[in-house]
Amino acid sequence: MSDEPASWITDEMRGLVGRPFNQARSYPVAASDIRKWAIAVYFPESPPPLYWDEDTATASGERGVVAPEDFNPFAWLTAEPGMAARRAEFDADHLESQFGVLGPGLRTNLNAGLDATYGVRIRPGDVVTAESRIVSYEEKAGRMGRMLLTVVRTVWTNQRGETVKTTEQTSIRY
Amino acid sequence: MERRSIADGVRADRLQPDHRFPPFERGSGFPYWNRFAAVNDEFIGIHMDDEEGRTAGYPSAFGMGNLTWAYFHVALHSWLGLDCRIVSLSTRFRAAVVRGTRVVVTGSVVSVTAEGEDQLVEVDLRAQDGAGGLLAPARAVVSVPPQARRL
Repeated sequence: MSDEPASWITDEMRGLVGRPFNQARSYPVAASDIRKWAIAVYFPESPPPLYWDEDTATASGERGVVAPEDFNPFAWLTAEPGMAARRAEFDADHLESQFGVLGPGLRTNLNAGLDATYGVRIRPGDVVTAESRIVSYEEKAGRMGRMLLTVVRTVWTNQRGETVKTTEQTSIRY
Repeated sequence: MERRSIADGVRADRLQPDHRFPPFERGSGFPYWNRFAAVNDEFIGIHMDDEEGRTAGYPSAFGMGNLTWAYFHVALHSWLGLDCRIVSLSTRFRAAVVRGTRVVVTGSVVSVTAEGEDQLVEVDLRAQDGAGGLLAPARAVVSVPPQARRL
């Protein structure tokens, strides 16, 4: 008899849908963060000067260096919640852990897809805040057996209250 | 290794439905993934260790979906100019970029509509491997100003 539960989705997990979480505030974005990100995603090409040369970027329509739209100002360490929130090891159930709820205990957690709508660009000095909500949990049969799909919506806002980005990210756990 | 800047914009007034953009290509493997992991804090076993990749059901370590996502943005700006504005982008990851995969992003124009002085261009993108196998389909809406500038 299999020890696998009838469903990965518990009542406690269903109760998390719609609740805000992952409220975070970035440190002020540094021009060096933008430079490094651009170098990494353009590798092995050189990134355009818009992302690293202030003189060229100032002369452009953007009026200064801007970050690529896919830039993540929350990488490594956030101003809030800070160092205590960093995980020493990968946790496939990190989502539920943030609520103090037991997750399904599955080993693998993959990025299955993204939907993004963009607002204003991120510039050096910007402070970005984020808030997420779980949109849905769903189970599906797949190549690796029964899989748990989770959709999370996140909104990023800058210090002027302008929307930077709204995303829905789908993850697959199995 | 030759380095060149990617900044080949396309004039908005030349865009028509079914216009095909030149393929955007990247290799894969640890030289790419390590650099991205370093900026996105994405040092996760499946992206670093072949055994972890196999445990997850793949033949080896594989690349980050977030990096393929970044490539879609790079490709769109290379095709439509750095002063275009990506309004929206959606993708689903259908297959893993296992180590050694050649990632080829293709794009074609679905529609062009006027929005004030700008053109709103809907682009169908596909990230494929070198043999044409689908890695990730994507759809973007991009606002292109009247004349793309080269930076």
